[in-house]
Amino acid sequence: MNPFTYERASDAPAAIGLAKGNAVARYLGGGTNLVDLMRETVERPEMLVDVTGLPDGIEPRADGGLLIGAAATNTALAADSHVRTHYPLLARAILAGASAQIRNMATVGGNILQRTRCRYFYDTAAACNKRQPGTGCDARDGFNRYHAILGASPACIATHPSDMCVALAALDATVHLDGPDGPRSIALADLHRLPGDRPDIETELKPGELITAVEIPPLPFARRSTYRKVRDRASYAFALVSVAAALDLDNDGTVRDLRLALGGVAHKPWRASAAEAALKGRPATPESFRAAAEAELAAATGLRDNAFKIELAKRTIVAVLGNLTGDDA
Amino acid sequence: MGNALMNFTINGQSVEVEADIRSSLLDLLRNSLGFTGTKKGCDQGACGACTVLVDGERINSCLALAVQYQGRSITTVEGLGIDGALHPLQQAFVEHDGFQCGYCTPGQLCSAVGMAGEIERNIPSVVTADLAADSVAIDERELRERMSGNLCRCGAYNGIIEAISETLVKTPASSQERVRA
Repeated sequence: MNPFTYERASDAPAAIGLAKGNAVARYLGGGTNLVDLMRETVERPEMLVDVTGLPDGIEPRADGGLLIGAAATNTALAADSHVRTHYPLLARAILAGASAQIRNMATVGGNILQRTRCRYFYDTAAACNKRQPGTGCDARDGFNRYHAILGASPACIATHPSDMCVALAALDATVHLDGPDGPRSIALADLHRLPGDRPDIETELKPGELITAVEIPPLPFARRSTYRKVRDRASYAFALVSVAAALDLDNDGTVRDLRLALGGVAHKPWRASAAEAALKGRPATPESFRAAAEAELAAATGLRDNAFKIELAKRTIVAVLGNLTGDDA
Repeated sequence: MGNALMNFTINGQSVEVEADIRSSLLDLLRNSLGFTGTKKGCDQGACGACTVLVDGERINSCLALAVQYQGRSITTVEGLGIDGALHPLQQAFVEHDGFQCGYCTPGQLCSAVGMAGEIERNIPSVVTADLAADSVAIDERELRERMSGNLCRCGAYNGIIEAISETLVKTPASSQERVRA
């Protein structure tokens, strides 16, 4: 691990002030990803600014939404009573991620900014355009079982590993930022970028910007929502494919509204807008679920080891929506 | 950069130690303070052998920078027993064959103690059917999911789950008779 200095910030302005002008400063949350990357010398910060002492409250808003301090731990957010009753897909997504030990350490802000687990990104002897732009991508012709089927580029096929972010994307969450140029907000769905020809630039964050909070708008029908993660082990593994879904049905069984997002398939949490559009106003049947899944995955492309994920994603969408209509698929 | 003087409470004792600020909590415990009960398995948060309790919550000490945990109360496997006697869970691991080589055991023990606290505080798991319930109904499936952050390469999982069931949570799935037979 390269040498660094450590500073503990008491509030956001202090943290931003400490990191300001230092291109290789990093904000430190639970450290569950950053410390590991530092040990592998993939990340080489000269300064760590510990932001775990910043606000970590989870506060219901007057409009029925929720404001979450970025330093809240993953465990605290999943265990929150408001989340469990109003946004069960979020509680289930968080609980599907990592292990209890890691969820106790990891913060909400850090979860959002965690980096891909592509093994070629971690292996400093491998070619990786994300770690070292212009060197190529050893994953493309390598072991790519866990890699992207949507939105990838010739330069990068990495996936974003977060479960929590898939639920937040489905819920239209907003991320509140603060930085050298002052506070601003951005939709979670717009925060992460597709790789294009600059996979090393993963988010729309500007230098020195810090996530201070995440806000979830009210969504009454999210009480009928869930998260399903398909993986190679029953627990404690990253997703091959995951689906976050909330469903609002008319009395006659028509889909009045829905939210659908996919994990494990792209460089960012993937809001399934095409599937949502295809399903709205349609009967809640396996046939229309399948048609919606086909619409979403129409542009998907597979590589040697991950082409199976295209069909897996479709079937998981159908199964999850079926579950939400009371079908025990 | 360099070293820093750090303070912790470890197993109830105040400790002051000078260490490289790059030290993980795991390396600090083992190399600087001699608490070698805590084990280094993967050193990347995948195996759970390094699990310790911080203010009663279980964490992976390999992913924790020690400098970040100053002032906190840390419990290692050496601190689980009371007055030289085994913690009841340790005794149950012996009786239920909860290990073969024993390397993962300190992490399993600390993790299970932390897990019991999570159940008491009604923290759900991904297999919890009713998220809105006031308490979690604990069965073997819940225990296996909640302990999934601790790997055992010897495959002593059945004994581990039985020891935990008997000691920390009373579950209908607890099957002491089979083990004794």
